[in-house]
Amino acid sequence: MRFWFGFEIRVALRFLREGRLQTVLIMVGVAAGVAVIAYISALVSGLQSNTFNKTLGGQAHVTISAPDDVVAPARMPEPGVTGLTDTQTKAQRRRSVANWLALVPLLEQMPAIAAVSPIVAGGGLALRGEATQAIALSGVDLDRYDRVVRLRDKVVAGVATLAPGDAIIGSQLASDLGLSPGDRLTLLTGTVSETVRVTALVDLGVRELNRRTVIVPLRLGQSLLGLPGGATSVELALKDVWGAKTFAAELRRLFPYKIESWQETNAQLVSALNAQSVSTGLIRGIVLVVVVLGIASVLVVSVVQKRREIGILRAMGATRGQMVRVFLVQGAIVGAVGSLLGLLLALAMILLFTAFVRGSDGQPLFPIVLPLSLAVQVALIATVCGVLAAIAPARRAAAMDPAEAIRI
Amino acid sequence: MSAPSNGQPLIELSNVHKSYNVGMPNQAEVLHGLTLRITRGEFVALVGPSGSGKSTLLNIVGLLEKMTSGDYLIQGRPVKALDDAALTLLRRDTLGFVFQFHHLLPAFTALENVTMPNLIREGWVSTKQREHARGLLAAVGLAKAMDKRPSELSGGMQQRVAIARALVLDPPLVLADEPTGNLDTAASDEVFAQMRRMHAERGTSFVVVTHDPRLAARCDRLIELVDGLVARDQAIGAQTAASASA
Repeated sequence: MRFWFGFEIRVALRFLREGRLQTVLIMVGVAAGVAVIAYISALVSGLQSNTFNKTLGGQAHVTISAPDDVVAPARMPEPGVTGLTDTQTKAQRRRSVANWLALVPLLEQMPAIAAVSPIVAGGGLALRGEATQAIALSGVDLDRYDRVVRLRDKVVAGVATLAPGDAIIGSQLASDLGLSPGDRLTLLTGTVSETVRVTALVDLGVRELNRRTVIVPLRLGQSLLGLPGGATSVELALKDVWGAKTFAAELRRLFPYKIESWQETNAQLVSALNAQSVSTGLIRGIVLVVVVLGIASVLVVSVVQKRREIGILRAMGATRGQMVRVFLVQGAIVGAVGSLLGLLLALAMILLFTAFVRGSDGQPLFPIVLPLSLAVQVALIATVCGVLAAIAPARRAAAMDPAEAIRI
Repeated sequence: MSAPSNGQPLIELSNVHKSYNVGMPNQAEVLHGLTLRITRGEFVALVGPSGSGKSTLLNIVGLLEKMTSGDYLIQGRPVKALDDAALTLLRRDTLGFVFQFHHLLPAFTALENVTMPNLIREGWVSTKQREHARGLLAAVGLAKAMDKRPSELSGGMQQRVAIARALVLDPPLVLADEPTGNLDTAASDEVFAQMRRMHAERGTSFVVVTHDPRLAARCDRLIELVDGLVARDQAIGAQTAASASA
């Protein structure tokens, strides 16, 4: 009976135990590297999801609206005549998405889509006593809208309901106009004006949105904006947020509407997030290289020190392959134990960060968590790197001539 | 019982040459066409002045070094064409080694050193194998030192551990390179006596390189190397042994 790796593991463990100081040093090195990688990854993913939620939380993943109006030539040029026309782009009228009532159930059947919400949106004024404030008015079906932008999670005062005559407004607008839930407010658009009752204040995470947002029932919005039965856009929430761009492209092939993903609407933010991800990847890569070099160099020294033992083991019948594996196992053990320590260290750093780095309101800036998948991934990479780092020293150990090694 | 040679060839070297630094200006031939035959159950002393090629010969016989040219059969099997892996396995299964010093693994206890060939071969050590190793250690008088590290043992005790280790897989041949080279007379005698006992009890063949004429005289056959060739090869009778020690 043969017990695979029994010899390699026993000897590797004993060698590691014997070179105590070296083993501790190398494991601390690996742990530090892994901790940096895990901490930075957790920090950046926390930061990114925080940025993402704060700035995009009030936005749909994909927005479908009526195509832009284009200028049609007044008359066709006569055959054989080249007309040099100077056209100015047309002022865009507010137009309803054609046939949106039929579109909504169609979209709802698509597996990639989590929620669909028709919206009628436009500008207007909010009046209260002497005060006037320009607003962005949205007429929505509350339950649908909530599923797209999680409006109910953003309520800071009152209870979000949208019965006929109700409105939900941004928190900054409320303080500008001195409103609290239950107060009345007059909304004015071009020709129509309507008085509504404020039911809830919401914090959308961006000051400008909080100053402008007024959300009313769809029907009221339609009548205020002069689009009876219309919806200026249909907003979608997707199951996979990051797949929005490709999904939007797919929808564009199916429907003749103007379809935009959040990535296209927020190109700058996306490129900032990408830059962040790339730099994180770079840091991780460099730290990994350092860890690998550290493991390799310590193992090279260990091979030189263990020359005689390697010779003795070879003389006793250990094959080259067995000697190679002794050092590969050492690399794997160092990588695995080091990465476990490193993950614990990263957890401690995250706890410290959450405990001591706080915003002006005394709340943690943003939540950082070390997802299990990330931890497992980092630990696996470090272990694999430990094995890879051991390859060169291991080959050196195996290449040694037993007679020469013993003679020393 | 003195385990007489039963005539079955164990080692057959013919016209073996060994050069170092082949192709370089300092090329040196150490063995010049050496021919030698050792049969099962022999107890051979290999003597000769320094630089006569004793250790080189032992390394070649022990498959630790490759000869430059010539033929070598172990138990009738030619080794010239074997690759490193095959040589390693052949070495593991047919040969035991006792070196002059630095021959035990310092990180392992005496018992672990003795069971190491089992660990190398099977990947684990069974209770039976461990008992066998304990028995060997007890047989060489180390019943109380089994769990000690080599650094805690005297030179003579270390050599006796090495003998136990060389025998643990029951190889037909044990090669000893000056096993008593760094021991005092009393310890040398003890170590040598253990080898003779193992030879008598198990019929294991021994080839012992030694500088000590007193010990050489206690072997059954004496081979003297001079300048890479066999200068003398003779059986030692009880009388010659007695006259040598007188």
